[in-house]
Amino acid sequence: MSQAQANGGSSGARVELRELVRVFGRTRALDGFSLDVEPGELVALLGPSGCGKTTALRALAGFELVDHGQVLVDGHDVARVSPQDRDMGMVFQSYSLFPNMSALHNVGFGLRMRGVRSTARRDKAHELLELVGLHEHAEKYPHQLSGGQQQRVALARALAIEPRVLLLDEPLSALDAKVRTGLRDQIRSLQQRLAITTVFVTHDQEEALSMADRVCVMREGRGEQTATPAELYSRPTSAFVAHFVGVSSRVPVRRDGATVGLWGQEVTVRNADLTARDVDAVLRPEDVAIVIDPAGPASVVHKSFLGAITRVTVSVESAEVRVDVRSDMARDLNHGDRVALSVVARDVLVSPRDGRVDVEED
Amino acid sequence: MVALTSAAGVAPAPRRHRVRVWRGLVLGIAAAYFLIPLYAGLRFSFQDDAGHWSLYALRAIPSQIGFTGAFWLSIKLAFTTLVGTLVLMVPTTIYVHLHLPRVRRLLEFVTVLPIVIPPIVLILGVLRAAPIWLKASPYLLSLMYVILTMPFVYRSLDAGISAIDLKTLVEASRSLGANGPQTLWRVILPNLRAGILSASVLTLALVLGEFTMASLDLWTTLPVWIYQFQQTDGHIATMVSMLSLIGTWVLITVMVSLDRSESRRSRRKAEVA
Repeated sequence: MSQAQANGGSSGARVELRELVRVFGRTRALDGFSLDVEPGELVALLGPSGCGKTTALRALAGFELVDHGQVLVDGHDVARVSPQDRDMGMVFQSYSLFPNMSALHNVGFGLRMRGVRSTARRDKAHELLELVGLHEHAEKYPHQLSGGQQQRVALARALAIEPRVLLLDEPLSALDAKVRTGLRDQIRSLQQRLAITTVFVTHDQEEALSMADRVCVMREGRGEQTATPAELYSRPTSAFVAHFVGVSSRVPVRRDGATVGLWGQEVTVRNADLTARDVDAVLRPEDVAIVIDPAGPASVVHKSFLGAITRVTVSVESAEVRVDVRSDMARDLNHGDRVALSVVARDVLVSPRDGRVDVEED
Repeated sequence: MVALTSAAGVAPAPRRHRVRVWRGLVLGIAAAYFLIPLYAGLRFSFQDDAGHWSLYALRAIPSQIGFTGAFWLSIKLAFTTLVGTLVLMVPTTIYVHLHLPRVRRLLEFVTVLPIVIPPIVLILGVLRAAPIWLKASPYLLSLMYVILTMPFVYRSLDAGISAIDLKTLVEASRSLGANGPQTLWRVILPNLRAGILSASVLTLALVLGEFTMASLDLWTTLPVWIYQFQQTDGHIATMVSMLSLIGTWVLITVMVSLDRSESRRSRRKAEVA
């Protein structure tokens, strides 16, 4: 018996999205999008507004019929199966509890639709409410619950039917920061405990990186890169991903074979497949070191205190570079100070100089 | 600070007094507009030809020729219209909200037409076009009343649907395994109860008082009977119209009370469960 089954949950299914295409008028919301999700894995779909992440989730749920492509769950194509027959639990962005039912009845609704008898239904609903820590609120109606409590009931309701796949459509976006962090941890812990395959849509990179086993960054209806959070951050395969995930700066450089010259240093290029000579180096704040040097080529423009570290923005030639400095050391840096920069990363990502990365943040 | 609050937030005493007087005056005129005819009607219906107080009009109603038939015809028309209206308008409004949001404006326009087109034009047009078997049935009036009540019914339902997140509720219900009819019955209709009730009340009130169409279609509904009988005995006719008004109020009050008690009962049931 799996851990999930031991906990009364369902073991997850394998999900494969194959070359999904969905066109709305002249917009291709999904443009050949593919994704594999392993059983029990939590994959986050991350991207800017209009990148197709919600459409992909809705196609998986059955609320959007794809124009082309396959939606495989444990190898069976469910692309033409109606949502009620897909056996997937979903938590929505907006509060979706049925206002005419108590929390208990909301959680028991899916079981009722499956013909589960009243006593068993009530026991299961109580069990799920206890799982999300709302047992004492079982008789309350949605309008008597806070936003966070409503989303926890919605999660319990989605889990009550023991779905093969759990779908989360920005379930935390309507909540305030403190509640969001708590519920984020609760969702992750439940998902791991029940080992349920989960697809999670968010535009919040912190949420995606902290919760997901893997993150799929989407752009214009396609998957730009799917990787673990650590890999996505440290080894982005495109300037778009580097720009969208974490903070990065672009510095114009000239490429010479497998290296670029950066502030007098020869630095290895990570993506050797790019052939252009005039490119931009994409640098993370921790890829660069800074020292005070009255003869240095850069000057301090701005400092942002972030706790243990301070993010210093320096102007160098035509670029602005953000550098993370320990806060105790950053005290000596002032606006207008001349500084020297050096690259401490073992290699850097380069992107075409005219390859604009337009990211519209939600 | 105190002076500022006083100047900006609270009107000076004489102005407050003037506002109160105007408010009272407007309310008084509005009340008089409704209450004086009611008082006059009630007084007249409880008097005999000599002007003495009398219950003869009340006692005489059941024995008057044509009254019972007209009464039951009005009741039957009211309920068939109500059923027809709800069966037509509830699914249509829900479908448009869910799947054809762009059609909402067109639907709003179409449902306003019965207000713009006079009932006399509607009924004369229909009487010329309708087949004989339909013209021979009083339920042609129900079909006409469905059109007549459309502006009020659509707006009540539209407001009710706009007050809930219909799309999310439907999707949540379907993701939990409910099919279309189950979603309609268990999720949408209970949450649309206020809108449906308001639509029903408006429909009943309008149908029970409709005169033009019934009269031109040559069916003696209660309003037509009252009009015709007025020439025989004004006291009885006025008594019937007063009772019809009170009856409609009672019906509406019963419907609203039933809805409230149902609402309380389902909450209690949930608590017990």
